[in-house]
Amino acid sequence: MKRSNSLLSRVFMALVFVFLYAPIVLLIIFSFNAGNSNTVWQGFSLEWYEKLFRDRLIMQSVYTTLLISLLSTIIATVAGTFAAIGFYSMRRRIRDPLMTVNNIPMMNADIVTGVSLCLFFVAFFNFWGDFAVWFNSLQGVIQLPTRLTMGFGTLLIAHVCFNIPYVILSVGPKLRQMDKNLVDAAQDLGCTWMQAFWKVIIPEIKPGIISGALTAFTMSIDDFVISYFTAGSSASTLAMTIYGMTKKRVSPEINAVSTLLFVTVLVLLAIVNIREARQERRNAHRLHA
Amino acid sequence: MKNKLSWFAVPYVVWIALFVVAPIILVVIYAFSTADGSFTLDNFSRMGTYAVVFGRSFKLAIIATAVCLLIGYPISYLMSREGPRFQRVGMVLIMLPMWMNFLLRTYSWMSILENNGLLNRLFQSIGLIDLYNQIAMALSANPAAYEPITHFQLINTQGAVVLGMVYNYLPFMILPIYSVIVKLDRSLIEAARDLGANTFHVFRRVILPLSLPGVLSGITMVFVPSVSTFAISKMLGGGTEMMLGDLIEQQFLGGAYNPQLGAAISLVMMLIVVVCMVVMNRFGEGEEQAVML
Amino acid sequence: MKKMLALAMILTTVLTLSACGGSSEEERVVNVCSWGEYIDDSLIYQFEDETGIKVNYQTAESNEALYSLLKTGAGDFDVIVPSDYMIARLIDEGMLAELNYDNIPNYALIDDAYKGLSFDPENKYTVPYTWGTVGIIYNTTMVDEPITSWDAMFDEKYAGNVLMIRNSRDALAAALLDLGYDLNTTDTAQIQEAYELLADAKNKGVYQAFVMDEIFNKMEGGNAAIAMYYAGDYLTMRESNPDLAFVVPEEGSNWFVDAMCVLKDAQHKDEAEEWINFIASTESNLANMDYIWYASPNKEALESYPAYYEETYGEPLDMGLYEIMAAPQEVLDRCTLYENLPADILTLYNDLWTQLGI
Repeated sequence: MKRSNSLLSRVFMALVFVFLYAPIVLLIIFSFNAGNSNTVWQGFSLEWYEKLFRDRLIMQSVYTTLLISLLSTIIATVAGTFAAIGFYSMRRRIRDPLMTVNNIPMMNADIVTGVSLCLFFVAFFNFWGDFAVWFNSLQGVIQLPTRLTMGFGTLLIAHVCFNIPYVILSVGPKLRQMDKNLVDAAQDLGCTWMQAFWKVIIPEIKPGIISGALTAFTMSIDDFVISYFTAGSSASTLAMTIYGMTKKRVSPEINAVSTLLFVTVLVLLAIVNIREARQERRNAHRLHA
Repeated sequence: MKNKLSWFAVPYVVWIALFVVAPIILVVIYAFSTADGSFTLDNFSRMGTYAVVFGRSFKLAIIATAVCLLIGYPISYLMSREGPRFQRVGMVLIMLPMWMNFLLRTYSWMSILENNGLLNRLFQSIGLIDLYNQIAMALSANPAAYEPITHFQLINTQGAVVLGMVYNYLPFMILPIYSVIVKLDRSLIEAARDLGANTFHVFRRVILPLSLPGVLSGITMVFVPSVSTFAISKMLGGGTEMMLGDLIEQQFLGGAYNPQLGAAISLVMMLIVVVCMVVMNRFGEGEEQAVML
Repeated sequence: MKKMLALAMILTTVLTLSACGGSSEEERVVNVCSWGEYIDDSLIYQFEDETGIKVNYQTAESNEALYSLLKTGAGDFDVIVPSDYMIARLIDEGMLAELNYDNIPNYALIDDAYKGLSFDPENKYTVPYTWGTVGIIYNTTMVDEPITSWDAMFDEKYAGNVLMIRNSRDALAAALLDLGYDLNTTDTAQIQEAYELLADAKNKGVYQAFVMDEIFNKMEGGNAAIAMYYAGDYLTMRESNPDLAFVVPEEGSNWFVDAMCVLKDAQHKDEAEEWINFIASTESNLANMDYIWYASPNKEALESYPAYYEETYGEPLDMGLYEIMAAPQEVLDRCTLYENLPADILTLYNDLWTQLGI
């Protein structure tokens, strides 16, 4: 049944890939441009890379972006896995409405999520201010900060918020595929409750957890809109810095950042895929043997 | 055992209540209040003025979604017929641009589409613009008064905005469709073939209906961000063609502070999304997992 | 192998966390919000290195956007640099803190001409940052005759080649001036008429785009012929595109003062005043003027700039450029300072502006 595609459809695929990559390739090429133009080639130089590493604003925002993405992915993966297991064990009547609410941040437009979180944080901070003043006036032992502001913390909460649903959505199906008797069997064979969880459930759903974490990380790195509304004045992600720049003059340092990001991801993905392919081949060998 | 595990979800339910439900309730409250906090329906009665923006946003988002589908479906289908190594590399290549922030990619398009940008320079150097001028002059009623163009207007047009949307959200269309098609039971296709169906019939009667859930989630995943974008329309649309996202952003962090109005517009947009979701679910009963990669 | 990936991720996180955990102890910070292309970046680094205070430097798009940021609570700034009319509004709404000028000795260097103006008559809240005029920037190779009037901003002749400014106050001011009205008018009929003029031009396709700082790319690259913007930014653009010219139209225009203010609920008031004092010094003003081409309110800096320029670049400063930066009295005579408008007019401005965008 396996028929390979015709030449025409191969050409079509190639064109789509050209469409997807042409802008990225251009960004990369012009990151080595000697002038600050993105359209006219003025000779090769590494000037922009050098400038990039001395630019505190951009470096700081790259750092914030990576840190937020990593942290929010880890938190969301752990929390999302537990939540998915919890959901799976619930009765349908409770689970279904909860799943609908869970899907809200994913299906909702980013801007609505961003705006609603922004309003929420501001309202909460106002409430907290009053509460802290009242609380501090009651006693002198613990002094609560009376003023909270948006920043790294709110940015992290927002990212965790939109990441968890992706983890749940990817772990859920694996749980449903799992043989329901496995856990009982393990316990019958003398496993404690904890052991059953770690040795039976987790290994069964591991592929789901991993793909959930990957999706979460991708979404986090790609996000701009939600960060824009929840970052406050002290934290800035790379996307926000770029958005600020596109409004004035975009420095080719941005091209240099893009290139570095792209190459890093490319290398990471290549390593992952080569290893995966090797493993598969090994498994296939074992099957043959 | 089962009931014990269901306690695992409790912290997350609290989290949802706090960070998903409460903020949305706040949006609703804002939408129905005046600047000093009393109840009003004014924010909605003014909505009629913005019908043009709603119309434009939906038009562009629908076009972008349709284009994504027209490119994304064939790609997913063709990809699923390739060898495993090709598939793996292909999917990685489709995902890869998403790991660079979408603003970076949109910014690249800016420099391509500018009046003095790469494309116009290319057109100039291959003589396309001169050719256009000659033809236009020959066709014009009064050739002497004809003003030759120096460039094609590419950026700051609706077309550029649609292009930006398609470019950025295409992976969101390909991934769900591909993941459904690739999991299709091969024996079904063989059975259909054995029963005498030709390639076209196999596609129409077997593959297309079975891949519908993927198509539906692809459509939502492209349509929702397209209809609400503000960065793309600002960067590629030049701000003359306002979209819903611009309108909302303007009321919160932009040049016309009015969060109540912004909340009302957000609410209306949210309702439309909900309606879309309900309609979709009618078609693709219960296959929400199709969203997954 | 996926385990390895997870492990690597956790490891990096732990490393990064410990790295930033160590340095964030008792760090002194100041959150500044200014405009794009509005400071010599090296001043930020210099201040950080000299005082050990970390500067979180952000930019807002326009006075109106800054106001939104402050009101929504999304921006938690200490120092802001709004323009005259917005300062008046912020003072009116009780959002600014009174400054302790004892901490800002450099305030004495500011020319008296920029003190006690209508927005802060008693000099309690502000330290002027720059001043300048608004005018029309045009590309001499793309227009047939020199531009002298605001008419050019609404002229169908240049359809598709005009960049209109993206903030309600400046855009409506251009229309009001073109119609021969006062730019601080509170007559709703006049404002409505000005709006019609803008909307009409927009519908006829006069405007290629509504821009703020995007103008740099577009005018420098020759992507548009005519634009309305600030004199200082014109001088910056001119450096990369000598075909550009600037004019303060004959109908008159706006002259503005941007001043540094501290917000009432600022958390780092001491650091804020330290920053303001640093920026108000003659050296900072000279560096800034050289970088952003906006005229300094620091008398000594403004007067010594031509000499500073000659010393830095080894060639005399073109006095024509100097006069565009620091407009002479006869130009200023036809310019007016914006005043804060009453609340109902501000609402009208907002509504018309949103409507224009549609």
